Amino acid sequence: MNSRKRKILHQVSVIDNLLLKEGVYYLKIDKKFDFQPGQVIAVALAPDNEPRLYSIASGLDEDYLGILFDINPQGQLTPSLAELKTGDHLFISEPFGKFLCEHKPAMWIATGTGIAPFLSLARSNKADEVTLIHGSRTLDSFYYQETFISLLGENYKRFCTSEEQEGVYNGRLTTYLKNQKQLPTNYKYYLCGNSQMIIDVREILIEKGIPFDHIIAEIYF
Amino acid sequence: MAKEALYGKTLGELKEIIVGLKLPAFTSKQLADWLYKKHVTSIEEMSNLSKKARALLDEKYEVGLTPPESYQESIDGTKKYLFKTINSQFIESAYLPESERNTLCVSSQVGCKMGCLFCMTARQGFQKQLTTNEILNQIASLPEREKLTNLVYMGMGEPMDNIDNVLKSLEIITSDWGYGWSPRRINVSTIGVVPAMRRFIEESEAHLAISLHSPFNEERKQLMPIENVYSAEQVIEALRDYDFGRQRRISFEYIMFKGVNDSAEHVKGLTKLLNGIRCRINLIHFHPIPNSPLRGSERSKMEWFRDQLSNKGLNTTIRKSRGEDIYAACGLLSTKKLINSDTEKDY
Repeated sequence: MNSRKRKILHQVSVIDNLLLKEGVYYLKIDKKFDFQPGQVIAVALAPDNEPRLYSIASGLDEDYLGILFDINPQGQLTPSLAELKTGDHLFISEPFGKFLCEHKPAMWIATGTGIAPFLSLARSNKADEVTLIHGSRTLDSFYYQETFISLLGENYKRFCTSEEQEGVYNGRLTTYLKNQKQLPTNYKYYLCGNSQMIIDVREILIEKGIPFDHIIAEIYF
Repeated sequence: MAKEALYGKTLGELKEIIVGLKLPAFTSKQLADWLYKKHVTSIEEMSNLSKKARALLDEKYEVGLTPPESYQESIDGTKKYLFKTINSQFIESAYLPESERNTLCVSSQVGCKMGCLFCMTARQGFQKQLTTNEILNQIASLPEREKLTNLVYMGMGEPMDNIDNVLKSLEIITSDWGYGWSPRRINVSTIGVVPAMRRFIEESEAHLAISLHSPFNEERKQLMPIENVYSAEQVIEALRDYDFGRQRRISFEYIMFKGVNDSAEHVKGLTKLLNGIRCRINLIHFHPIPNSPLRGSERSKMEWFRDQLSNKGLNTTIRKSRGEDIYAACGLLSTKKLINSDTEKDY
């Protein structure tokens, strides 16, 4: 009945593909488009492949676009993305999406690679009046933590469930939030990560009296 | 080793199996007939297949139908069935009998990734994609299967996030070699995952229902995280690219939340957003879920909202609430089961 209409994908070159820890990469590609921190791009290995969405993790002033990804062994795309070398090609859409986290003061809450949009915002000097909460199972999953430590100081709170280190809370970020006597109701709460974390955190925030219209989530799907 | 299910294979996939077993080519059509027209539950029952064919099939395959684990029945006749999936998770299907039609509401995923604020299924997080077999089993193993007239993909999960298996199930239901149903008896819902929605529009003829719930970007973001990625405006723009003809229906689902999305401003916003789209708007009463900050609009407010939209030329109806006494809103039964078995989390 109708001809197939897809998002147009553009060829770009790989600048670098950094292994951050086993199974997690930071892929740097040509900065073919301008973007707003918090936006996503659709990524595919061929122009007629079904693309997947990734948050941009690089800052506005950097001369490349960066995406943070972990390998999904059952996935069709990420095992191949991990194999990309400098000079290889892939296909991306123009940046889009509206998880721009513009309201301040704000609490940003992320798990794992859900830190990506917040990394882009921080690298673009948009992290003033922000508290960042990052949860992970292992200590090596606080990607680019030095950026947040230098920008946010004590307002950067890391939560690790399986390992201990000075300066890192041992336990779940959900426990920390539950244990807070009061959370600021004038803040906007921006959540990014897997849907179960989003649901759990949102429920805690609502129980703590945060109006639901102060909670904005970006989901991974 | 576990045998592979035949139920849920398309004719093309059945042909591949038959070729692999070096059986006559016509066997695949016979197989489809036994599976999708006669709904047999064992290979042994496929009496017009040779003994050799049955024996070869039986070595690696089974029909693969699973009866429901349990059900609850509402005073209004709605029945909610709980099915166990291959890896012992639970999905729900709701059977909705009415005087002129009998509808089954099927699930497409265990849990959901989309995180909508008002949805009980979302609280499970995402557990797994249903296979085509598991989607179709909800129909095939339904005690009321023969009475079914309509099918809606509005149970647990976001159908467009499992588009391959949803499209395969639709192919089986609507093909002559399958159930032979008209696609006009089927309605598939989405929150608006645009690329997969486009694929659905192009590869299927079934009706499409879009969960809208607010015409305003900022407000819809608070209710539905998908708005950050694919806004309602982008969904509508995508719809404008297609000719749906007179027979194929586009509808917008609009759950009414008291004091949130039921004002005159929302009437104006919807009128502007849907301008020029031939569609129907279904207003839905919110079934309250535990610990939700949202409340349902009162009936009188819903009627006022319907009349306002109708006056603006938008075909608007209020959907009849069904099965409230058994929590027919999807996700309640299976979420309770899941929450009872605590899962390990990394955060």
